[in-house]
Amino acid sequence: MSRGAADAVVTTRGRDAPPFPLKSRARRRARNLGLKVAASAAALFALFFLFWILAVVVKRGIAALDWSFFTSLPSPPGGEGGGLANAILGTVAMTLMAALIGTPLGVLTGVYLSEFGKGTRFGSLVRFTVNVMLGIPSILAGLFVYTLLVVTTGHFSGWAGGVSLAVLILPNVARTTEDMLGLVPDSLRESSLALGAPRWKTTVGVVFRAARSGLATGILLAVARISGETAPLLFTALNSPYWPRNLGRPTANLTVTIFSYAMSPYSDWQRLAWGASLLITVSVLVVTLLTRWRVREGEA
Amino acid sequence: MNPIQARRGSTRWPDALFRAAALSCAALVCLLMAGLFVELTRNSMLSIHAFGLGFLTSSTWNPVTGDFGALSSIYGTLVSTAIALLIAVPLSVATALFLVKLAPPGLARWVRQGVELLAAIPSIIYGMWGLFVFAPYMADHVQPLLKDVLGFTPLFEGPTMGIGMLTAGIILALMVLPFTTAVMRDVFKMTPPVLEEAAYGMGSTTWETVRRVTIPHSIQGLAGGVFLGLGRAIGETMAVTFVIGNNHRLSASLFAAGNSIASTLANEFTEASEPLYRSSLIELGLVLLVITFLIQVVAHLWLRRLGRASGRRA
Repeated sequence: MSRGAADAVVTTRGRDAPPFPLKSRARRRARNLGLKVAASAAALFALFFLFWILAVVVKRGIAALDWSFFTSLPSPPGGEGGGLANAILGTVAMTLMAALIGTPLGVLTGVYLSEFGKGTRFGSLVRFTVNVMLGIPSILAGLFVYTLLVVTTGHFSGWAGGVSLAVLILPNVARTTEDMLGLVPDSLRESSLALGAPRWKTTVGVVFRAARSGLATGILLAVARISGETAPLLFTALNSPYWPRNLGRPTANLTVTIFSYAMSPYSDWQRLAWGASLLITVSVLVVTLLTRWRVREGEA
Repeated sequence: MNPIQARRGSTRWPDALFRAAALSCAALVCLLMAGLFVELTRNSMLSIHAFGLGFLTSSTWNPVTGDFGALSSIYGTLVSTAIALLIAVPLSVATALFLVKLAPPGLARWVRQGVELLAAIPSIIYGMWGLFVFAPYMADHVQPLLKDVLGFTPLFEGPTMGIGMLTAGIILALMVLPFTTAVMRDVFKMTPPVLEEAAYGMGSTTWETVRRVTIPHSIQGLAGGVFLGLGRAIGETMAVTFVIGNNHRLSASLFAAGNSIASTLANEFTEASEPLYRSSLIELGLVLLVITFLIQVVAHLWLRRLGRASGRRA
């Protein structure tokens, strides 16, 4: 019997051997250390590039920023000094326009997804479309608006630039709105409806109020993100060396200016491009960090 | 009519209006998506008629003779994206493991936010840094080294100019890193703790637990993350335009200047005055739209099948 048992042990061991060969403890420890080192190095690598990029932008950008950068027009090719006041104004105008068009449409789409279209077939089609649109390259939004507004009107314009940015902001805001409204418990909606409030009042007065800080954060982030976009403006707003007096004409903006000045052979223009880069980076990062900080304060 | 009914009647129309407004905005989103396809197709008809399917397989791009083919742009798009993913996927798996398994919570939060900030930097800033700082660095230090070690392969030959496919791919990798890392971090976090604790309980090291439990459990989610990164990288415009070199010649070497669909559009569109030239560029855009659309659809269907509300950051 004892012999049989011993055989059984041996055969079980043969059959149920661990799926991997047993290694020495030193080797296992070395591998584990290898994982730790590799993973930490990967994280460091990403942070290293973040700091490298930011350091370069700050160092070269600060050298370009002075009073005239914010107040005057660019100098002619090869000229000294000058600023990008027109491009700053143009970028602000088009970003605001995109926010004014895109945000209400996006919020209403999000309201549909969260309040009306839940579980319906059309609702899931819209949700899917929003997700897909979020992944469509921004340059295609520019191309689309080019065919819609530039070909038909016959010229590039600030309006077209604003609309192409609005096309980008819409799915962003829709997604955020749906997510934020989804966090509001149904019991709030039910209480409001039970008190006799109509649906719109419930949504605007109760659901929006409960979700307002998340909504504001999401919308602000979306606006910050599109303010740094270049590709959609290339074929719509184009660029201009003049003040943005008329949005029906090509309109100066910071990002396309960076692109064309960086590619120019004039060192003064390249300097302005670095100044514009710093300005854009700082505004986008400040909004991102502030909203993030606010969200964390809210959680605490 | 009793008062309640009267009241109902008076509140019904604002509600109907509200609902209709929300519904029409939702419909507008679908309309925009469809309009994108319709408009790009309509505006590229000229080129579609002129070149047919040959547009996709011809590598000539000659605005003077009016002969256009998309092959070099498609090739450049695929190669730069492939380089980006080859770098970004292992890096983001490792970074995600660091965040989920190794770093103490306080440190993990800082590192996570730092990595996410990479996504907040506008594309054109990567372009500026890439063109003026990173490309010269590549030309002086990295590329000569690669050439010394791997110069016998056709991938790493030719002059080391800094700009070109390799540099574009590396910058793209940095740009998709935050997105893929976020997805992979979420995926790793979803591994049931019981499974991992069981592995630890049997004496496994962290490496063994990750290798035998966490990664096999997360493999489908990881694939979804790779797809989202792919969709991100393939249409990236400005950073690539700055550093890829904008050359329509096909070349096996990763040091050579090339182009991508998006960079060709960004560079040439405003200069294209001929209708056929412009139409060919719009057809390039259509090709990019079809590719990214398919990637997005596959990625989201895949992630939805996994029953996750993922893609939040993508």
